[in-house]
Amino acid sequence: MEAKLLKKQRPKHLNLFKISQPLPAIVSIMHRISGVLLFFPGIPLLLYGLQMLLESADSFEALHTLIQNPLVKGLILMFVWFGLHHLCAGIRYLALDLHYGIALAHARASSKWVLAVSVTLTLAVGITLW
Amino acid sequence: MVKQNGRIVTGAHYGLKDWLVQRVTAVLMTAYIILFAVVVWISSPLDQAKWVAIFGHQWMRIASFLFLVSLMWHAWVGVRNVLMDYIKPVSVRLALQILVIVSLLVYLVWAVEILWS
Repeated sequence: MEAKLLKKQRPKHLNLFKISQPLPAIVSIMHRISGVLLFFPGIPLLLYGLQMLLESADSFEALHTLIQNPLVKGLILMFVWFGLHHLCAGIRYLALDLHYGIALAHARASSKWVLAVSVTLTLAVGITLW
Repeated sequence: MVKQNGRIVTGAHYGLKDWLVQRVTAVLMTAYIILFAVVVWISSPLDQAKWVAIFGHQWMRIASFLFLVSLMWHAWVGVRNVLMDYIKPVSVRLALQILVIVSLLVYLVWAVEILWS
């Protein structure tokens, strides 16, 4: 009887907007969203920047002027953050693959570290560049 | 006999390869990023001539190209996973997958043009 009741309740459909997500889940979805944004428009923007950097003295000057714009600066820093979050979360997954930090408490702590380290490194990059 | 039940043309190829590729390319890219940061730190290029000099070394061009190949391959596996999760009709998913592959190949050709011109 009890087993039958349990069976009837599955599959459960959770409303993702109503339940509160644990931190590892937030880091995970941010890894996915940052990955998609790094694919597009990240990759073409990276290549466009590299082209302006190397093509000629004129294009280099144009790039230099472009990144003086505060809006462009903010955009670059945002993509630096996407990249660093994706990198730090990825390193966490590699550790999990190797069975490091599997315990719930460790997994929660490491997801906190991912958020903290990527934000700190982003700020460091921002300060170094400007 | 291998069971083919439920397997579809735009599926994951059901193997270890893509899982492994995702991790190997990630490690290669991390190594390149560290190398690149060290090179930029040491030569601290402020004008265009110095940047051109950095990418003038053949080893730097090859390392950068390997980084970009890893990036495109990594992006393919990742974006395909995202498409498999959210796009259900096979025709739409296949069309989007082709679009992703073509754009990544175009990016690679563009990268070669930037690095070797």
